[in-house]
Amino acid sequence: MPIGSAVELLSLWLRERIPSVAWDWFHEKMAAAQAGDGRSLALGFSMASRRVGKEDLRLSEADLKKADAARAGWDPSLWTIDQSARVLLVLSLWKGDVPSFVTPLDRLFAASDVGELVALYQGLPLYPEPSAHRWRAAEGVRTNMKAIFEAVALRNPYPADELDAGCWNQMVLKSLFIGSTLDQIVGLDRRANRELARMLWDYARERRAASRSISPELWRCVGPFLDDLGDDVIVELARRLKSDFLPERQGTALCLAANPHPRAQGLLVEDPLAREAIARGEWTWKGVAEGSSKGTS
Amino acid sequence: MRIIDPHIHMSARTTDDYEAMAAAGVVAVIEPAFWLGQPRTSVGTFQDYYSSLVGFERFRAAQFGIRHYCTIGLNSKEANNESLAQEVIDILPLYLGKEGVVAVGEIGFDDMTSTEEKFFHAQMALAEEFDLPVMIHTPHRNKKEGTSRSMDVCEEHSIPPSRIVIDHNNEETVREVLDRGYWAAFTIYPKTKMGNERMVEVVRKFGSNRIIVDSSADWGVSDPLAVPKTARLMLERGIPESDVHASCYANALAAYGQSGQIREEDWLRPAPIDQRTLFMGNSVLRGQDPRIDPSTTNDLIR
Repeated sequence: MPIGSAVELLSLWLRERIPSVAWDWFHEKMAAAQAGDGRSLALGFSMASRRVGKEDLRLSEADLKKADAARAGWDPSLWTIDQSARVLLVLSLWKGDVPSFVTPLDRLFAASDVGELVALYQGLPLYPEPSAHRWRAAEGVRTNMKAIFEAVALRNPYPADELDAGCWNQMVLKSLFIGSTLDQIVGLDRRANRELARMLWDYARERRAASRSISPELWRCVGPFLDDLGDDVIVELARRLKSDFLPERQGTALCLAANPHPRAQGLLVEDPLAREAIARGEWTWKGVAEGSSKGTS
Repeated sequence: MRIIDPHIHMSARTTDDYEAMAAAGVVAVIEPAFWLGQPRTSVGTFQDYYSSLVGFERFRAAQFGIRHYCTIGLNSKEANNESLAQEVIDILPLYLGKEGVVAVGEIGFDDMTSTEEKFFHAQMALAEEFDLPVMIHTPHRNKKEGTSRSMDVCEEHSIPPSRIVIDHNNEETVREVLDRGYWAAFTIYPKTKMGNERMVEVVRKFGSNRIIVDSSADWGVSDPLAVPKTARLMLERGIPESDVHASCYANALAAYGQSGQIREEDWLRPAPIDQRTLFMGNSVLRGQDPRIDPSTTNDLIR
């Protein structure tokens, strides 16, 4: 990964947005941290939000394209100025070997507040030696704090690129479990798998047994593997295809459309309106996610 | 009426408490670093505790629409284990610069030993270095003497009294604390500290200038609704609303606001990043008025 281009972009975006006195303060702390001064690292990192501010970066489309070119899938569209400074500070610690990078990084993680943890986890896709950070990413998935979980799971290409199937599946399931969204998980469809589909279907049945609502997004990772899950799932989908709650109807139809299984296709044949809306691109998973976060099922 | 409880140990409280506090109008709390009812034995447990004050507890409070701030310090009870205390002092700089850390505290005297005094001074120096206000815990035993000596220690440093809150006052200590220019906080804590009928009379006598009401609710028999109950009792007993507002909200904001780390905008108009992350489910954002239950005799804390 060309760490240099991420460093260049972050530096540029910061210098465009913060007063020179704040940049000078930050740059001095960064230089001292690079030279091994642990206290400057801790202070530069934690006081960044006071010194450089925590406004949104508000990047242009052109800048977002540059980010994606620097690191495929990197999406800083919701990054703030202090988060950018903190990640830049971390990147500046890279000296070409894993231990000299991970040791101070671990120390930062150990003493971080919520906002700092969000920044550190958002930075995962930019850190050199991606495979060295898998345990850390899994720790982020295990968190009890939604903001931190989402920093790993949403708009972040690291999990799809690096996490093993077990950890990936936990992340997707947990996302539904804590009321987050699947649509902003990078690589969701690429990493769909049979085991995940089974876990999601089990979860749906558990929710059904407890008379709790089921997120219509759940069916997205189930669709391609319907044939493994028995008749019960087809019966369930047939019922939900008639739901009064539009996102649920849409999610069910999109799930069926993703599978060539004759029974799935048969259900869609009986619902030409749904089939046409999907064919015309009007019903999408993005729409399901947005619709279900607004309404209640 | 909006309420701030500027001294409450939420880590020891339940989600029922958070719900009840939010319903009673509490919009923000300050959780001072304290002990856990028994002494810790290693620096690692202090570090995890400080991390929870700036991490999980902040998140937990936000789920109920309450903004959580904290003060960071080595408390006097645990200052007497000298070698451990020094290790703790050494990690404090990792936390004093964090967002939402509004003071060094609670520090001060417990038994009034020389070791306590040594670390009291050390932490006053940290407050100077980090440009933070200070929250002083005054001792339960030998309180009057301990309160005077605490102010003496403070005055050996450059931090002005206007940046220092002297907590756990009573009728015997308040006069000197106010005369010397400090903020005077009162803890409404059943049985051992102040009852709230006494608090009403303190405000009647001294007014609300530099007077702060808090609960110090923790793992002991204490009341997380002490501040809203006291505010209501004051109103019922004829204290002007402006004095109630000052002593149960505005003074704490002014005193700890000197850190630059607590602002009314935080709960009235949170920054976009806070709305996305920390402040989901906030009743203030949804425009709901805090619900205040009808007054009952349960408002009395004695």
